[in-house]
Amino acid sequence: MSVTEKLELFEVFVRSKRGLDHKHVGSLHAEDHEQALEYARDCYTRRSEGVSIWVVKSADICASQEDDADCFYDPSDDKPYRHATYYVLPDPVNNM
Amino acid sequence: MTPEENFMRKIEAEEKIEPKDWMPDTYRKNLIRQISQHAHSEVIGMQPEGNYITRAPSLRRKAVLISKVQDEAGHGLYLYSAAETLGISRSEMIEALQTGKAKYSSIFNYPVLTWADIAAIGWLVDGAAIVNQVSLQRTSYGPYSRGMIRICKEESFHQRQGYEAMLALAKGSPEQKAMAQDALNRFYWPALMMFGPHDSESAHSQKSMEWKIKRETNDDLRQKFIDQTVPQIEVLGLEHPDKALKWNEERGHYDSSDLNWDEFWSVINGNGHCNRQRLEHHIAAHDEGEWVRDAITAYNEKKRAKKAQNAA
Ligand SMILES: [Fe+2]
Ligand SMILES: [Fe+2]
Ligand SMILES: [Fe+2]
Repeated sequence: MSVTEKLELFEVFVRSKRGLDHKHVGSLHAEDHEQALEYARDCYTRRSEGVSIWVVKSADICASQEDDADCFYDPSDDKPYRHATYYVLPDPVNNM
Repeated sequence: MTPEENFMRKIEAEEKIEPKDWMPDTYRKNLIRQISQHAHSEVIGMQPEGNYITRAPSLRRKAVLISKVQDEAGHGLYLYSAAETLGISRSEMIEALQTGKAKYSSIFNYPVLTWADIAAIGWLVDGAAIVNQVSLQRTSYGPYSRGMIRICKEESFHQRQGYEAMLALAKGSPEQKAMAQDALNRFYWPALMMFGPHDSESAHSQKSMEWKIKRETNDDLRQKFIDQTVPQIEVLGLEHPDKALKWNEERGHYDSSDLNWDEFWSVINGNGHCNRQRLEHHIAAHDEGEWVRDAITAYNEKKRAKKAQNAA
């Protein structure tokens, strides 16, 4: 059995801003809720995209037929080069 | 309304299809093929760039490259996860990649010879990927569409850092400028091939368009990329590799040379410079990483035992 089969599948939800709802961003494998939360932070919030994360065991979700979406968190202030605006390009090509 | 009619109604109304919705089997299969191929491309694409992390010309370029490679790993994960919502497992997908059953983007089978190639990859290869991925943000499958939206947001720095590195070379010494020109000459054509065969030759295109898995045709996307790249080459002050390139007033697009399709099919079928090396490396890395996955499992088992003990 591979490691991903031994681990549980979790769904990850991120609240981008207070007052907004948590949004589904994806899923991951983890051993337990604590670990899923840490992995979700590392994996889905590398650009301060959220203020709160939920993780839910996928098997525990009883789904009606509806949507989800995306967003994030984690201060990566010392890595401005992850942002497009960090790169100063000549005007004629600055729309890339 | 039959499930099939309801499915088509959603597609026509621009509603997303979600994992638990009914969908035709071929829709599911088509998606698994396309999404897993996309995931494999993100992962295999880390190899050429990863090779240059130790050779980046400055600490700044090194930090940028590490960030980019880290993002690509994340993109692989987003896409594998999206494919998993369709009922295929991660290990099945990796197996398909390693046995050559599943493809990845042919661009990564071209050799990377100099630092300028790394710049050209960021600018042209990520640039071409972005054109495709921007279009796929509107794909009909919810998890794929959301993955694309996230990826596009992260991609914009990839292209800009590549162009910036290219600009530094193009405005540098004559030797640097020559390196930049050489990288452009070699990567321009394979970048155009990233959009796939002509629509008339593309096996999966028509059904994929009907189901809105794909939103624009290979040729339309390629044209978009050709057009947007012209002023970018001008600003670099480099020569355009396509000597037949010509503005067509009537079409409002550039006319250009046809591509070397024999080369395209040959590389897809495993005969590019790096096909074997890329797969061997993936298999070796996967095997050598076995102990890490074992350690994760062992650690988790210990933790579970400890928890059980504490509870007792
Ligand atoms: Fe990519
Ligand atoms: Fe990517
Ligand atoms: Fe990228």
